[in-house]
Amino acid sequence: MAILELKNVTIRFGGLVAVNDVNLTVEKGTIQALIGPNGAGKSTLFNLITGIYRPTSGSIHFKDRSVSGTPTFKIAAAGIGRTFQNIRLFTDLTVLDNILIGAHSRGRWNLTGALMKFTPWVRKEEGKLLNLAKECLQMVDLSYRAFELAGNLPYGEQRRLEIARALALQPDLLLLDEPAAGMNPQEKAELMAMVQRIRATGITVFLVEHDMKFVMGISDRIAVLDYGEKIAEGAPDEIRKNPKVIEAYLGKGAADAHD
Amino acid sequence: MGDFLLLLTGSINPYYLQIIVNIGIGIILALGLNVITGLTGQLSLGHAAFMSIGAFTSALLTIKLGMPFFANLVLTGFITAGVAALIGLPILRLTGDYLAICTLGFAEIVKVVFLNLDITNKALGLTVPSAITAVPMPIVVWLVVLLTIICVTFIHSSRFGRALMAVRGDEIAAEAMGINVTLYKVQSFAIGAFLAGVGGGLYAHFMGYINPSDFGFLKSVDILSMIVLGGLGSITGSVIGASILSAAPEFLRFMASYRMLVYGGLLVCMMIFRPNGLMGGINFTSLVLRTLGRKPHLKTIMEQKTAETSGPCNGDT
Amino acid sequence: MFLQQLINGVALGSTYALIALGYTMVYGIITLINFAHGEIYMVGAFVGLFATSIFKLNFLVAMLIAMVVCVLLGVFVERIAYRPLRKSSRLSALISAIGVSIFLSTLAQMLFGANAKGYPEGVFPVKQIHIGSAEISTLQLLIIAISAILMISLEFIVHKTKIGKAMRATSEDYNTAALMGINVNMVISFTFALGSALAAAGGVLVGILFNAVSFNMGLMAGLKAFAAAVLGGIGSIPGAMLGGLLLGVTEVGGVAIGFSSYRDAIAFAILVLVLLVKPTGLLGRKIQKKV
Repeated sequence: MAILELKNVTIRFGGLVAVNDVNLTVEKGTIQALIGPNGAGKSTLFNLITGIYRPTSGSIHFKDRSVSGTPTFKIAAAGIGRTFQNIRLFTDLTVLDNILIGAHSRGRWNLTGALMKFTPWVRKEEGKLLNLAKECLQMVDLSYRAFELAGNLPYGEQRRLEIARALALQPDLLLLDEPAAGMNPQEKAELMAMVQRIRATGITVFLVEHDMKFVMGISDRIAVLDYGEKIAEGAPDEIRKNPKVIEAYLGKGAADAHD
Repeated sequence: MGDFLLLLTGSINPYYLQIIVNIGIGIILALGLNVITGLTGQLSLGHAAFMSIGAFTSALLTIKLGMPFFANLVLTGFITAGVAALIGLPILRLTGDYLAICTLGFAEIVKVVFLNLDITNKALGLTVPSAITAVPMPIVVWLVVLLTIICVTFIHSSRFGRALMAVRGDEIAAEAMGINVTLYKVQSFAIGAFLAGVGGGLYAHFMGYINPSDFGFLKSVDILSMIVLGGLGSITGSVIGASILSAAPEFLRFMASYRMLVYGGLLVCMMIFRPNGLMGGINFTSLVLRTLGRKPHLKTIMEQKTAETSGPCNGDT
Repeated sequence: MFLQQLINGVALGSTYALIALGYTMVYGIITLINFAHGEIYMVGAFVGLFATSIFKLNFLVAMLIAMVVCVLLGVFVERIAYRPLRKSSRLSALISAIGVSIFLSTLAQMLFGANAKGYPEGVFPVKQIHIGSAEISTLQLLIIAISAILMISLEFIVHKTKIGKAMRATSEDYNTAALMGINVNMVISFTFALGSALAAAGGVLVGILFNAVSFNMGLMAGLKAFAAAVLGGIGSIPGAMLGGLLLGVTEVGGVAIGFSSYRDAIAFAILVLVLLVKPTGLLGRKIQKKV
């Protein structure tokens, strides 16, 4: 069953067609990867899915409901969590606060709740959110950092914290934008295990990544984007052999040589 | 009881009493702006406009309707907050300096309009009858101060407050976490305006005379300086900053005309040598708890074992 | 009637534009609202006043002296109050600028007194020239001419000289410019110098036009000029000129149709309205949300 469906999605910035007529389906419970050379439009596609950009034409469906034109915060609350290519944590807040902000849409009490902080109802909800935060921190092995400022964490931990923050949303679909960027081999291996664990809890994972070893090792399906167009889609083995993909990455000559 | 308090406030030198009340009103205003600028990160250069709206609304409610003081203050707060929400809805789409200049422009417009309306008695200003209250006015002011501090503290450590801080930190990330950024900005604006309105109402009734020119750009800068001096986002800082800057003009009085000169110079030096404010980076609550030898509440919770061991984050909701 | 108001508006607007250019250039380079800019303009007006009244200098010479003094002052202020804050938050620099503004205007009040002063009689011989039904004074002509000359020279400096190229590079990307071997400190000082010179010229011209110079003239003029800069699209030099002229014309027009007591609100009402429709100002660059 498809959890996310993109139908003929196109976006133009001025004269530039960043994403051109892309059709894409992400099946529930899978790990799907999106790869492509720099500037292929991968992050733009994520921004389209999360409503930061509006498609010029085409439509996006999440859990069989159209989300094109829906504001970002509603899409997030509907169950799409995400991380960003260039980490966007709330650096001047603690790790715990970052996670609690991620859990925002799992709470209800608003300004009135803030003013009635010590009533049992509000306390109960706060307790629920704290428990959720705790679980998410354990998931990424950051519990011991809970009270440090997010900005003070080393790079690899910031990446993990961003994933944990997205998990606190209790998403059905998790978008990871280059999660392994800048990590050393050991960190990458740990990250792979972590993504597997996340999928095991029933969350569908859709990720953009440059590291081929990572992508090939973890994905059930891979889609390839080049100059804003989808040029291939399939299982890792098919993608590895696809001449179009090799051409996009290494140039025409390389593709011929490969044949 | 009322008589006793009256005697108490009566026994204080009226000059000092005025300083004490000014400090109180300053704290209320500073805490309000701190919600907008410190907590939500929206720079406002027109906070005095809301004080002005509050002062005139409250004064007119007393003069025209003879409304009881307590109801008057609450209604004033809500009216000011309503105006702020109406103004905020369109202009809070702007970011950073554009927003700042818009708030500044709004404040100038409010000033000029009040200077021209008959109901605000144009440039002559309004004389406000003193409020009839059960306890003396200075005590009313400080009760409001206490209430404000409590409410603002609650806001800081709540789901609502965290959403405001998320908006301050990164609007795009906040949206991606399911936070309706515009809605939270408007609410924060309204809260700040509510407090400014109440502060204005208290000011009008304590001073007994208000003039639109009292609430100009320099007044807005004054309030902004309070929270920056104390440290943006810090409640303790706002209280300290407001106390110092509300009292400073009085204590610098011996310097007469040098006063504003020193004030301007201080602002510059302050920014250069203590850019995060006096209380910047210091968490007062955890400081107190640490000296008392207690761990903050949250730490205790985090160190407990999770009750249910179901594990995965993806629980059903 | 209409033509007359247009002439008055353009004359007033050119002075706003002169001040607005300083705001917009500084903002373009270090994204700081230089609140002390209005005070630089006030100082310029005073220097011009003393040069003409005490030293009996020709007003053009007085204007040049005012420009030199303000260049020094502007560069000095940047050095003392803004440069140490370049790596701090924007708000810190803004508060610092407000501090400088309060400091300078109070200093002026202490030194020169609280009353408005006028330029000496006949510092510039004013004659009325008739154009159809309207008339334009030689003073207005002069203001428009000097503003135009200064703005054209500014355009020339920014687009045709090496330092201008360095300015544009620095405003595009401060760090990269520094890596390319541009002395950014020098460029920033130069920007303040240019802006202050224009503000000083504006100060002298307005001083003569309204025949009133006072310690607090910088605040409102500065706010309006800043509004003009934002209106045109902050960071854009043609935008600041357009914004200044537009504000001048609407303000004069508003007064002419009977809103004289709302004079100071007109500028801001327009500003707020324009920003609501076009959040980056009339000629401002459209900013693509970066994610």
